[in-house]
Amino acid sequence: MTEWTEKDPIVSIQDVHKYFGDLQVLKGVSLDVMKGEVVCIIGPSGSGKSTLIRCVNALNDIQGGTIKVRGIDLTDPNLDMLALRKRVGMVFQQYNLFPHKTAIENIMMAPMLVLKENEDEVRKLARELMRKVRLEDKEDAYPGELSGGQQQRVAIARSLAMSPDVMLFDEVTAALDPETVKEVLVTIKDLAQDGMTCILVTHEMGFAREVADHIYFTDHGVIVEHGPPSTFFSKAKDPRTKEFLSQIL
Amino acid sequence: MRDTMDLIADFFRELAADYPRWNFIWMYEPLQQGKVLSGIWMTIKLSIACLILSMIIGVLGAFAQGSRNVILRSIVQGYIQFFRNTPPYVQLLFFYFALGQFTPTYSPDGWLEMPIISNVGWAIISLSFFAGAFNVEIFRAGIEAVPESTREASESLGFSRGQTYRYVVLPLALRVSLPALNNNLVNLVKTTTQAFGIAVPELLYQSVTIWNDYPSALYPTMLLVFVVYIVLVGLLVMSMNRWESSMRIPGYGS
Repeated sequence: MTEWTEKDPIVSIQDVHKYFGDLQVLKGVSLDVMKGEVVCIIGPSGSGKSTLIRCVNALNDIQGGTIKVRGIDLTDPNLDMLALRKRVGMVFQQYNLFPHKTAIENIMMAPMLVLKENEDEVRKLARELMRKVRLEDKEDAYPGELSGGQQQRVAIARSLAMSPDVMLFDEVTAALDPETVKEVLVTIKDLAQDGMTCILVTHEMGFAREVADHIYFTDHGVIVEHGPPSTFFSKAKDPRTKEFLSQIL
Repeated sequence: MRDTMDLIADFFRELAADYPRWNFIWMYEPLQQGKVLSGIWMTIKLSIACLILSMIIGVLGAFAQGSRNVILRSIVQGYIQFFRNTPPYVQLLFFYFALGQFTPTYSPDGWLEMPIISNVGWAIISLSFFAGAFNVEIFRAGIEAVPESTREASESLGFSRGQTYRYVVLPLALRVSLPALNNNLVNLVKTTTQAFGIAVPELLYQSVTIWNDYPSALYPTMLLVFVVYIVLVGLLVMSMNRWESSMRIPGYGS
């Protein structure tokens, strides 16, 4: 295996096929993401976009093709799951915080249990991250005491605590009230500006246009069209893309 | 102090003389008093041993049920079906009289032959397996109530399966399980009376010997048995409730 270098894509998806039983969800998807890039995947419901990003941290397995994250081959039968998950952070639509732990404990758990880091240092890091997501006064609140937007920001901080190279966002604002969507998007934008590699599945077109370096449109398990936001939104060629964009813009 | 005790003893002695059906014999006769106290103590020991063992069986069984090994899963399933669908009293007799014959014996003095598992031992084993079968199902229901997505979140943070279980799934599952567990443990404490059937000297056993010897003590002794169980189960429920509220998560559930 050749070593991964900064010139190679940090996430490389080649001709990926994915089945759920007989149902084929991904039909040969290829996509490269360079370090520091922000990529948005858009498309109608059921087009396979969430499935695709779940494959990137091996929450879903694939039946064909290859996925590499920083040189780690996900189709390798001896895949070191821990090594992969240290590199890839994931934020979910439903936040999925641990309800029996306070906000700061949620952030501290993985570094302490998985990376076996020293508690005092982890606490310092967690405080810093809470400040970064603008929740420094909510350290000891339980998830049930926080709003959706606040929970989602804790979830982002929780993933960041593992200092991943890539962050995956799976429709992270879809379950939020319209008022709180913005605070989460601002947090993600800060991250993107700090140079974090981000792959987002999103329905927030305005946001995608603003932060994305590249936009992919998926439909029925294939990538129909892609390009930088400047051309993607104004000069879409495929009729399916045009129809989708006309419906939501 | 001594005087008060004497006064109380005298009171009950006179009460028995005046009202022959209300002979609280264990309030004034040391031998019967000893029987009652040792019976209560045995009931408490039996209950605590069974509570602990049945919960261990429950957690291990629920964990085994989540295993990928089909054989292990079907063994647990068979165990649950057997112990849940047959009467605990029959199980107790089966363990003591049937299985008891095959256990090795030892001799403390060269003459006597003692089985290595006493009747108290069999009672603890049998009742724990009985209550344990229910506990497996109770814990399994609790584990299944933890959303798949919460598990995925901990996996995507790099937790191993064991860590996910220990730090995320079990703490949440236990909270869901507590009300049902509470019920089952209450039943278990009451079911310990069935150890009477294999001559375990617990409270009911001792009480029956008392009212067989002194029919005049029948009503008071039955009353005593009721009161002791109300208090014991009351204490159990109280501590379970305290446990439940100590684990309540702010802003989660009711």
